[in-house]
Amino acid sequence: MFANCIDRFRALFLSILLLSCLTVPALAGPFEDSVAKFANDEFSDTEAAIGEVAASGNALASPIISALQDGRLSADPDSKKVFITRTDGKIVDAATGAAVDKLPDNAAAVRLNNRLRRTVEAALGGLTLLSPDPAKRLAAAQSVFKSHEENVLPTVESALAKESVKSVKQAFAEARAAIILFKSDASDSDKLDAVAVVKARGDQEALALLTALGADQPPLVANAAASAVSSIQSNLAMWSMVQNAWYGVSLGSVLLLAAIGLAITFGVMGVINMAHGEMVMLGAYTTFVVQEVIRSRYPALFDYSLLIAVPLAFLVAGLIGVLIERTIIRFLYGRPLETLLATWGLSLVLQQAVRTAFGPTNREVGNPSWMSGAFELGQITITYNRLWILCFTLAVFAILLAMLRYTALGLEMRAVTQNRRMAASMGIATSRVDALTFGLGSGIAGIAGVALSQIDNVSPNLGQSYIIDSFMVVVFGGVGNLWGTLVGAFTLGIANKFLEPVAGAVLGKIAILVLIILFIQKRPRGLFALKGRAVEA
Amino acid sequence: MLTQLTHGIATMTRRRALAATAGLVLGLAASSSLAPAQAADDTIKVGILHSLSGTMAISETTLKDTILFLIDEQNKKGGVLGKKLEPVVVDPASNWPLFAEKARELITKDKVAVVFGCWTSVSRKSVLPVFKELNNILFYPVQYEGEESERNVFYTGAAPNQQAIPAVDYLMKEEKVKRWVLAGTDYVYPRTTNKILEAYLKSKGVAQDDIMINYTPFGHSDWQTIVADIKKFGSAGKKTAVVSTINGDANVPFYKELGNQGIKATDIPVVAFSVGEEELAGIDTKPLLGHLAAWNYFESIKTPANEKFIKEWQAYTKNPKRVTNDPMEAHYIGFNMWVKAVEKVKSTDPDKVIDALPGIEAPNLTGGVSQMLPNHHITKPVFIGEIKGNGQFDVVWKTPGLVAGDAWSKELEGSKDLIGDWVGKKCGNFNTKTNKCGGQGS
Repeated sequence: MFANCIDRFRALFLSILLLSCLTVPALAGPFEDSVAKFANDEFSDTEAAIGEVAASGNALASPIISALQDGRLSADPDSKKVFITRTDGKIVDAATGAAVDKLPDNAAAVRLNNRLRRTVEAALGGLTLLSPDPAKRLAAAQSVFKSHEENVLPTVESALAKESVKSVKQAFAEARAAIILFKSDASDSDKLDAVAVVKARGDQEALALLTALGADQPPLVANAAASAVSSIQSNLAMWSMVQNAWYGVSLGSVLLLAAIGLAITFGVMGVINMAHGEMVMLGAYTTFVVQEVIRSRYPALFDYSLLIAVPLAFLVAGLIGVLIERTIIRFLYGRPLETLLATWGLSLVLQQAVRTAFGPTNREVGNPSWMSGAFELGQITITYNRLWILCFTLAVFAILLAMLRYTALGLEMRAVTQNRRMAASMGIATSRVDALTFGLGSGIAGIAGVALSQIDNVSPNLGQSYIIDSFMVVVFGGVGNLWGTLVGAFTLGIANKFLEPVAGAVLGKIAILVLIILFIQKRPRGLFALKGRAVEA
Repeated sequence: MLTQLTHGIATMTRRRALAATAGLVLGLAASSSLAPAQAADDTIKVGILHSLSGTMAISETTLKDTILFLIDEQNKKGGVLGKKLEPVVVDPASNWPLFAEKARELITKDKVAVVFGCWTSVSRKSVLPVFKELNNILFYPVQYEGEESERNVFYTGAAPNQQAIPAVDYLMKEEKVKRWVLAGTDYVYPRTTNKILEAYLKSKGVAQDDIMINYTPFGHSDWQTIVADIKKFGSAGKKTAVVSTINGDANVPFYKELGNQGIKATDIPVVAFSVGEEELAGIDTKPLLGHLAAWNYFESIKTPANEKFIKEWQAYTKNPKRVTNDPMEAHYIGFNMWVKAVEKVKSTDPDKVIDALPGIEAPNLTGGVSQMLPNHHITKPVFIGEIKGNGQFDVVWKTPGLVAGDAWSKELEGSKDLIGDWVGKKCGNFNTKTNKCGGQGS
């Protein structure tokens, strides 16, 4: 199998050389037979076809293999004809390159499994090393770094000599180093240079490569590799602290977002609102409905779906919040136990209502393109969705703070919650303010639902998983204090993420709960306790 | 299998204070979903014990619909023994003690001939004493951890040797995996399965250092650290794979994190035992291309029986997009086996049907014929599927024939000598070394 592979790559390399020196006209016959193997729907035949096509030197080889990778290669099992659907939608016969009007009815995409996907990546890496597109060259260099097949070395070297883009040149140098490391007849000094290049790369893939090197190397090289491994490891250990801190901040932002609405309804108004999680869920379902409408009517707007969903989720959850306050909670002020039972019952009613309306299974809420994927910062991976959620949370927090501080409604809210009777005698319509405050808290929970739909299940149970965490944050941070909620959320997030690698996710969560219980024993009013007469009111 | 209700310790304190309200509301929900069950002598009653509310509704509602669909089809063919089948639906509301109460209600009040139900292992354990005491039949359709063989229960889902072990074999042979991450949710099914897998891997010469075991709480939604750990574990220069027994709800954030952190199936494949077509309906599967699942059935398998089943199911539910999944097929097989057994003994008397069931054969949807074994498990084929971009699976490997379900794992010290045999030995845990029965039932 391995020797087979080497043979294939040797052939591949020779053909590339041929191709780059003289333009060979497309060969008829054997190439067509190779292509026809794709139509057999057997993994072993597909593998053979990939090797033969890649080695054929035919101009269609690269389009065929990249089409195979993207699922654009289809085959008709009856006529054994194979077709490429080009990225612009045109269809060509893979064996001849002739244009075709449409795919036959029984043509199906050629299937791949993981082993074949790796073969395709390696073959494509060899074929696109000299591509005019720098992004393709970069991808090719990276796949060669992973596969480090000896036979592409001359191609890599010639590509390296010609390369003008700096980042691609670096990738070629690393790919070359990877090949030399595993080349049996490379000299010690070449290998030592290669170790240095890979060491400079310093990430987990470099570590994987050096660890895989094995013990059968010359002692000098083995020693250098071992010291490179330990230096990369200690470097990565330092980065993992940074990474934990980032994960903690990210978890903290999710906690804050979920808790921030509760900080208003429970923190400011003192209503134990067990249906808070369901407001989050309603926000998530609003996002789902918005995306469904966009998908069916205006697909071009998909990337803006979340921006559209935010105000709608605020309105939906806020209005339902006002309705709940007017019909249930206003009769229960000052009776915490009844409020707790009523809102808990309400949360079950809302869950079952959503289950009846949308079904019990998860609903798909897509990530817009700007929230998918990740980027590397040093040696840590930062995913875009988490980053955007952090920014979004901080923005919501700032707006809420400004609102409470600088608007008339904010002033009235603070007045009513601090001293209801005096506020009433100053002419504030306290019951209207109560309704609006509860609506505001619920609306913000709805907004949280929009963000959480990006990282969690959109199911009727969504709210339940956040209600406990939300109460934990608000109580820990200090009831009635928005800043306390902020600090509480980030403290809990970061503590959790530093405990998790040591204690595991389950024990970590238990440890956090125990710590909070102990903390509340010591400071019953949380981190930032309100002082003065307002507290006793 | 899944026991999601325990959303962390905190729920416990909340639950106590609120039991009254919860009970009231759930009670209302349950009674409203009761099917009209007028006593009539010319029908045979079939009990359906699946949660229609609460956390497990997400998975179990489909199974309730499946049995209703199968009963409907059977009645179109004239019913059983010349009588129509009459479904009796109850809602145990994802509440384990309520499962036992509802089971008792089905058997004593509604006098059902057989019950199809349960999903989580804890719900099955909760109804066991009821079925033993009142001597009735339960068909359990979900893959589970094994280590059980009861006279009154027929297990139509996969035992570990019909799902987990073949999946690991596939990764070892086809993907040449040398390093293993066993990731699961923290409860009995993943813990037992991982114990079996760990013993199995070690017997195949895998070193302790090359196995990483990780447990997470129910509904875990922040996977950043664990996915980063998996990446790190996978960078030791040996081919690494993740064997996931992560429970349904936590899977969506897990796969989203995998996709976002760029772990591709060609680098570190993830093989899952609880992710099927229904679970994938909630995610965009394009970043997950090539990750794996092991089941005894996939919707995408092309056989005439499966195509007919899907067509009729979508017509019955009036939803052309409704997916099918593995536990549904288990109910399909179990239901048909029960019908055959009843017709064989011309009676619905539980004792006669229980004795008749072992040896009964019924076609499965993937082109084979499953047989009920003396240990009350069935023979099934095992498939490995890769996730496709459209939320379906592409079968890349299957066992050459059907695999017989082991009630007791051969990999574990405590159970390797035990067998379940309700035909010859009349015992669920017969020890073949000492030639003694360890007692009735488990």
